[in-house]
Amino acid sequence: MSELVTLLVTSVLINNVILNQFLGMCPFMGVSKKKSSALGMGVAVVFVIVVAAIVTYGLYYLVLVPLGLEFMELITFILVIASLVQLTEMFIKKYSPSLYKSLGVYLPLITTNCVVLNVCLVNITNTYDFSHMLVYSVGTPLGFALVLYIFSTIRERLELSNVPKAFRGNGIALICAAIMSMAFSGLAGIV
Amino acid sequence: MNRIQNFKNGLIKDNPVFSLFLGICSTLAITTSVNNAIGMGVSVIIVLTVSNVLISMIRKITPDEIRIPVYIVIIATLVTIIQMLIQAFAPALNESLGVFIPLIVVNCIILGRAESFASKNNIFDSALDGIGMGLGYTLAVLAMSLIREILSTGGILITNPFNTAQVLLDLTLFPEDFTISLFGSPVGAFITFACLASLVGAYKVHLEAKENAKEK
Repeated sequence: MSELVTLLVTSVLINNVILNQFLGMCPFMGVSKKKSSALGMGVAVVFVIVVAAIVTYGLYYLVLVPLGLEFMELITFILVIASLVQLTEMFIKKYSPSLYKSLGVYLPLITTNCVVLNVCLVNITNTYDFSHMLVYSVGTPLGFALVLYIFSTIRERLELSNVPKAFRGNGIALICAAIMSMAFSGLAGIV
Repeated sequence: MNRIQNFKNGLIKDNPVFSLFLGICSTLAITTSVNNAIGMGVSVIIVLTVSNVLISMIRKITPDEIRIPVYIVIIATLVTIIQMLIQAFAPALNESLGVFIPLIVVNCIILGRAESFASKNNIFDSALDGIGMGLGYTLAVLAMSLIREILSTGGILITNPFNTAQVLLDLTLFPEDFTISLFGSPVGAFITFACLASLVGAYKVHLEAKENAKEK
């Protein structure tokens, strides 16, 4: 049990996907300009990753391994993710049009979010059992959502400040990310 | 002339990494050493060029509604092939690049160029665009990794990827006591990237100012 808690804390805070492993940088830079869209993106990513991880994990051990087709994992996983994102999109569109509107173009973009594919691949390469897989697949996107939200609040403040011309936009945002990364690396001592 | 201009734009002004901010995940993660940067750069050039050519070939028979899944399957196939080749012939490189080789599939540069260039242009132009954009990416990771490796280890060490015992270049610029290990860590990656991207940004501002002056 304590092992699972350690894995959760590690995947949310210490081995944070964005600040420590640099995954999901595109939405991190693209969707972080407003708090509301950052929050929506975070929730959508958590949902997609948890479902995608369970489906690909099952598919790998129940279909690919018995058939000896492990080398097909990349193609299978990316197809599962792409269709899952499409499904999520249709589902949200039908049952919650307001949420669909607020997420807008970011929903289909989850397909090319490297965090999703990374979580699915790491579950396999680290040979996690089902409970570890579940904890890791919940913790990683939670860390993503947390950092994305904190970053968006910083960026809303940045809009109002006077920044040197060349650093405007993404330059200063990356410097902030560097400082955040420094702060998060201080958490490494808690486990 | 136009083609050469396109090619040159990909290198600096429209550099996929520093100016369009595509494919930054791998740029930040694998630039801890020049060795990794070269391996990653070459893999991306190959995948990008071949995928551009293939997608341009089938652009007239691909139905518009399902083009993205089609592209993704093509790219995933190519990446699987590259991954197998690297595993077989350069296992050390495979170890150090790790999960970032399969993650080339979701590298936005490749899907982005497929969608915005290869699906609209002929095979020759698409191949040229793939090489240009790939070189732009390689240039970016090389610049990042040079700065980070020199500052964090005090020199450059390049080994033959097919035989790690063979050292191609071992350069020490300053003793170990003066190294800044921060640049080997994630923090250093963000800082290096921010500074280089701002430099390219400043260059673009300068170009624009020059053009405006000309018009007047």
